[in-house]
Amino acid sequence: MTGASVLLVLWPLSRRQQAAGGRVDDKAFFRQQIADIEREVARGLLPESEGEAARTEAGRRLLRAMDQQTQEGDQKGEPALRRRRAASAIALSAIPLVALTLYGALGQPDVPDAPLSKRLAEGDPRSLNLNEAVARVEGHLARQPEDGRGWEVLAPIYLRAGRFQDAVRAYGEALRLNGASGTRLANLGEAMVMAGDGVVSAEARTAFDKALAAEPGNAKAGFYLALAAEQDGDVAGALARLRELLASAPADAPWRPAVEARIAALADPARSEAGQAIAGMAPEDRMQAIRGMVAQLAARAAAGEVGLDEWLRLIRSYAVLGDRTEAAKALASARERLAGDDAALRRLDTLAGELHIERESAAPPAEERKTEGEP
Amino acid sequence: MIVEIGHYALTLALGLSVVQCVLPFWGARVRDPALMAVAAPAALGAFAAIAIAFAALTCAYIVSDFSVVNVVENSHSMKPFLYKISGVWGNHEGSMLLWVCILTLFGGVVALTRNSLPERLKALTLSVQASVTIAFLLFILFTSNPFARAVPAPFEGRDLNPLLQDVGLAVHPPLLYLGYVGFSISFAFAIAALIDGRIDAVWARAVRPWTLTAWVFLTLGISMGSYWAYYELGWGGWWFWDPVENASFMPWLAGTALIHSTVVMEKRDALKVWTILLAILTFSLSLIGTFLVRSGVLTSVHAFATDPERGTFILIILMIFIGGSLALFAWRAPMLRQGGIFAPISREGALVLNNLLLSTACATVFIGTLYPLALEGLTGGKISVGPPYFEMTFLPIAMPLIAIMPLGQTLAWKRGNLLGAAQRLMAAFALALALALVVLAVTRGGPVLALLGVGLGFFALFGSLSEIVTRSWSRGMPLSTAWRRARGLPRSAWGTAIAHAGIGVTVLGIAATAWGVESLAVVKPGETISAGHYALRLDGVTPYTAPTYRANVARFSVFRGGVPTGTLEAEKRLYTPRGMATTEAGLMTRGLGQLYVGLGEEDPTGGIGVRLYWKPFVLLIWIGTLVTAFGGGLSLTDRQLRIGAPARAKARRAQPGDGQADALATS
Repeated sequence: MTGASVLLVLWPLSRRQQAAGGRVDDKAFFRQQIADIEREVARGLLPESEGEAARTEAGRRLLRAMDQQTQEGDQKGEPALRRRRAASAIALSAIPLVALTLYGALGQPDVPDAPLSKRLAEGDPRSLNLNEAVARVEGHLARQPEDGRGWEVLAPIYLRAGRFQDAVRAYGEALRLNGASGTRLANLGEAMVMAGDGVVSAEARTAFDKALAAEPGNAKAGFYLALAAEQDGDVAGALARLRELLASAPADAPWRPAVEARIAALADPARSEAGQAIAGMAPEDRMQAIRGMVAQLAARAAAGEVGLDEWLRLIRSYAVLGDRTEAAKALASARERLAGDDAALRRLDTLAGELHIERESAAPPAEERKTEGEP
Repeated sequence: MIVEIGHYALTLALGLSVVQCVLPFWGARVRDPALMAVAAPAALGAFAAIAIAFAALTCAYIVSDFSVVNVVENSHSMKPFLYKISGVWGNHEGSMLLWVCILTLFGGVVALTRNSLPERLKALTLSVQASVTIAFLLFILFTSNPFARAVPAPFEGRDLNPLLQDVGLAVHPPLLYLGYVGFSISFAFAIAALIDGRIDAVWARAVRPWTLTAWVFLTLGISMGSYWAYYELGWGGWWFWDPVENASFMPWLAGTALIHSTVVMEKRDALKVWTILLAILTFSLSLIGTFLVRSGVLTSVHAFATDPERGTFILIILMIFIGGSLALFAWRAPMLRQGGIFAPISREGALVLNNLLLSTACATVFIGTLYPLALEGLTGGKISVGPPYFEMTFLPIAMPLIAIMPLGQTLAWKRGNLLGAAQRLMAAFALALALALVVLAVTRGGPVLALLGVGLGFFALFGSLSEIVTRSWSRGMPLSTAWRRARGLPRSAWGTAIAHAGIGVTVLGIAATAWGVESLAVVKPGETISAGHYALRLDGVTPYTAPTYRANVARFSVFRGGVPTGTLEAEKRLYTPRGMATTEAGLMTRGLGQLYVGLGEEDPTGGIGVRLYWKPFVLLIWIGTLVTAFGGGLSLTDRQLRIGAPARAKARRAQPGDGQADALATS
């Protein structure tokens, strides 16, 4: 490109010049004017007298133009030659000099193009960070909002990323597009519970009821309905549901330990007695009493007098009271105390996942990458 | 690679421009034709290089190459294809690149013209043109480089400002820039003439087509921008006296004055100094317009660049070019020879009056636009100069201007007969008066100013056409002969008449806004809202999702006097990538009027705020500007050889073939 530009400029410098055009132009212009006036007069568009005046004026201008022309003939002398050499040198040096210097200072020749198609072709989905994956699926769904499978894929990702409202929407779309099924309804309900900070709302309960109706043995729906009963203060009902669930569960069901833990927690006689008593109090007193119990439990836990079940109850209590930092703290201490007991640690993890106490800890890799990407 | 090739081409263009600036200038000083001849190929080379750069950037937008910062900031892979392309100039960097691209395009076209320009004038013009190119290329490269890279490339772009995602944006800026930048040629010609110390009718003939081209594009650009604002901003107005609009309007006013004064100069060799000054001022106003929009001094939709560094840079460019050219003017202008003389009442006199009024109008707009800025800069106080100011100052100047427009067209060159001209216009005047009275009777009143506007519009319309009629038809002549004679009239005469008629049409459209009706209400589905003869029933609001936005569409059934006449849709959109909301006005054209629906906020009770306007004859505003631009274009197709007969007769087309055809036609 540079070479072409330089040649382009050098070409006229080396060319032999034809006669300069300026003078010819001027005279031609005024002659043309006079000729036009003649034609106008001839056609009768211009009265003879006015035509005469116009002709005189144009003629005067023609004379002046001829006078004014200074001699600027072809210059072939020594100074002209030297001048052209200098000009060629300027052209030859200035163009590459300006272009290369500036480009050198500003350009980034080593950065390759990165069109979307290329980035998509290169990008192994696994190497994408979570945000990019979500962005890609979202983009796809924006184009084809009727793709139920896409919503189905996106929903659990939202759930894991803590975007509960989006998860509710995504599960809802999946439900609408793919038809009702026990699993989908239960998932929608779960998302609603999480969006509601762990409280099973009436809406969510409806979803779980429908899920059970569609698929009688649905474990997730059963579990959350038990939770709902528990939140209503109906411990017996909750226990009944959980036991039923456990009875029908296959021996290797991954959620078995979680259900067992719930049953153990609910069936704790101390808790149930106290629970009955508390249920009968006025709301303010009830909160007071609960807090008192939690504080007692915490004190015992801090003293190291408690086992796994109490730890679980303590963490859950904090979560229910809405004190997430305390819950996280309790979780951390429980992990410390129970280190070495793999089964216990798994239970703690399950609970943490259920209550979303530690969801930040799952995210760091994605977060880090994100900050790198945005300097 | 493509992006970097574009970047390199840009720097190469700078190198070529430096050569294009220096060598021809030197050549012109020492009268060396070889050096002057460098100008043309260098100009073409610079254009080619910038075209490559522009193509490279466009390419990056099309393939969503997010390794380019500019693309990331203004594009989105999901954006419709058209907006990917228009997004190239929908931002500061890209639009500046378009600016220089058009600048060099004009330079290239000048370089290609043969035999119509004296060699020295051409060399100097291209040299001056190149200096402008250099300034803007430096500006682009150092403060707003569109080729800056982002490493690593982000996954998704931030999308274009939703207001700019419109067909209007695809067309408005290029047209406007063709106009703005086109005046740079007139400017370059003026400076070249000043440097050369020679200016005459040949110069005027050479500069006129460029000015006219630029003016036609500017007219179209402003008109497009106005229509775009009308339907996109959702306020129902078509002109807001917004500083950015004024920024494009000022060069238009000055440019209009310029094309008229060039006519005088070409035909009668008069008004030379004034024409030069106007050429300088017009381009200066274009530069100021660029400055106002680009520097972010004004907060407005258009100010997508808000960066003091850029502002300072543009300010320096402004000072060098405006200050420098005016200084050169002050130094050289007294040396220019004054030409033809004329009586006050003559075509020239009328054109001088036109120039006087246009420049005064331009000055009032200038003051209204810049006074608040100056005041804020000096005292820190904020005032806003709104439409009332402009209506009070601009209209009293514009109205007599339009009133004398047909008169000036009818007057003879050198010395005219006012009485005769007035007599020739009597028919047009009577017709306009009658129609204004009819309007008064039909509408049973209306603002005096609007009625005056109607009369004025009709007068301008008929007055312009009567010029054609009186020139081709006299009493007792058979119509076929008149038709032949009318067709034999030079295209520039037709162009003038049509352009002036277009102004009349626009004035009619503006006057008609006084009879517009508007109503505001919160409407629930099933309810109706009415304005004028029209009633709209809201049928429902339905959401839908597009790739880059979610929208609520409100559907209305339109009734006129109880009779359904169709449906109308208005939208409220939320662009997800930027989280910005916009409205899409619902328009229904009935005759030359429009029903205009803008959506407001949604009510918690399920209603939605609706503004409904009935705007009678509103389309005339834009139709008029299109007609005006068409007239300009028609005039442009006239052979650029015109004669300076000191009488009313205008140029004959000078091509030999046409001449013969005309001779046959008239004999």
